[in-house]
Amino acid sequence: MSFNKGFNEPIAKFKSLMRYIGGMVILFIETIFWIFIPPFRKRQMLDQMYKVGVSSLPIVFLTSMFTGMVLALQSAHQMQRISAQMYIASLVALSMVRELGPVLTALVVAGRVGASITAELGTMKVTEQIDALETLATNPIKYLVVPRFLALVIMLPILTIYADFVGMFGGYIVGVFKLHIASNMYLNMTFNPLGLKDLYTGLLKSVIFAIIISIISCYEGFRTSGGAEGVGRSTTLSVVTSFMLIIAADCLITALFYFIGQ
Amino acid sequence: MIDVINLYKTFGDNQVLKGLNLSIGMGVTQVIIGCSGCGKSVLLKNIIGILKPETGQVIIDGQDVTKMAGNALSALRMTFGMLFQGSALFDSLTVAENVGFNLIEHTDLGSQTIAKRIKEALSLVGLYGIEELMPSELSGGMRKRVGLARAIAMRPKIILYDEPTTGVDPIMADAVNELIIRLHDKLEVTSIVVTHDMVSAYKIGSRIAMLYDGKIIEEGSPDEIKNTNNLTVKQFITGAAKGPITEGESFNHNVLV
Ligand SMILES: Nc1ncnc2c1ncn2[C@@H]1O[C@H](COP(=O)(O)OP(=O)(O)OP(=O)(O)O)[C@@H](O)[C@H]1O
Ligand SMILES: [Mg+2]
Repeated sequence: MSFNKGFNEPIAKFKSLMRYIGGMVILFIETIFWIFIPPFRKRQMLDQMYKVGVSSLPIVFLTSMFTGMVLALQSAHQMQRISAQMYIASLVALSMVRELGPVLTALVVAGRVGASITAELGTMKVTEQIDALETLATNPIKYLVVPRFLALVIMLPILTIYADFVGMFGGYIVGVFKLHIASNMYLNMTFNPLGLKDLYTGLLKSVIFAIIISIISCYEGFRTSGGAEGVGRSTTLSVVTSFMLIIAADCLITALFYFIGQ
Repeated sequence: MIDVINLYKTFGDNQVLKGLNLSIGMGVTQVIIGCSGCGKSVLLKNIIGILKPETGQVIIDGQDVTKMAGNALSALRMTFGMLFQGSALFDSLTVAENVGFNLIEHTDLGSQTIAKRIKEALSLVGLYGIEELMPSELSGGMRKRVGLARAIAMRPKIILYDEPTTGVDPIMADAVNELIIRLHDKLEVTSIVVTHDMVSAYKIGSRIAMLYDGKIIEEGSPDEIKNTNNLTVKQFITGAAKGPITEGESFNHNVLV
């Protein structure tokens, strides 16, 4: 008896985990399919792009600005000891473009936009608006997921590039005004070591993060049940899952490029 | 014909529909009555295919809705209108965009024609000049009527009403009854109406069916239902607190003392 119970519980957990992952994969495939089916909803997509992109500018600005400044300050002490201050510029630039720009932007957007997508779709689910959409012969994936998915996949890389530059600017302020590195020297050391590869690994990451955020937040929204409390629960779950998957995917992609690069 | 055959629907370990059979002729207004929580809304959702049963069939015009998907199901749904119990208005869209949803999404009509059709649909439910309001600005009864306007805007052949008169005042409730009757008489719409309101059930129904314990336990014309010998049905239509439905259950009024 107790053996059976101890054995069944992990199996049930594993099954529900598989269903969860499977559900997300299916949602992703269906979303890709519906992207190519007309009519194309330009207005809704522009609305979503505005929500994802423009309204995230201030918070992305602050996060990357401070991160760039902190990076410069933290490395200053070590670099000064070996009189290599000008490498601070390269360090800030490379860390921002390869790593911190994409990851920080994705985390900020997951917390801001991902959460609001789950809350919105979750509320629509529990108030039967999703059912109503179906009775009006409209596919919820086409109508709700596709515009959000595309908006994120387009806007997150753009936000990432913006974050990269703001971060470098933060480093520049510290480097030039606090550590007294010559301005043109700092700029040279910022842009010289940056290769095209650094830029597109960063952008590739942000596209993958955008897919993770949009699919998880929509999936959690559609899965919501149980009124206002359920909406709260799935919103939390959506943000936590997005965070974990973003970090895990980041590690995976970085490792992949590391081994390819060899 | 809408034929519901041997329908079973379970949520977790809550078996809601237990082999339900119901046959609804074209042009008929079929009223469905039954206690709160017995599965009336679930039945409607199975008929329109937003819930899928474990076993059983829903045959409409020779096609089994439970097996349909994609374009075929969408096409079928264009002939349906559904009023949800909680209205289910899209709260990010205005009243006009809600009512005209199908017209905007699925027809090539010009914006002027659509605006006219929206106005017509709203006037049918006695609402004027609220096109630009958001659903959150409406009262519960107004939301219900906007939901009703949305359900009939495409001039569907089959309309499912989930408690159309709940939450609206008695005068408006009677106007809604009149509207359902007119849609039936003039446009020969087939209607399925879920209601608790026996006055309205007798008034609009060509047939009345009672759902109890996952099955239809009685089906007949309003007169047959009125004069039924089935004690369960009798208790329900007379609204008696004592009878087979509430056997073994009780409301504990002693706590009030
Ligand atoms: N999506 C769902 N998930 C789980 N259980 C559900 C779901 N929808 C309905 N149920 C359950 O099915 C049963 C019947 O619900 P339904 O909404 O059909 O009742 P009803 O007859 O419409 O009641 P009322 O007259 O109060 O609207 C209830 O016990 C409810 O808990
Ligand atoms: Mg109901």
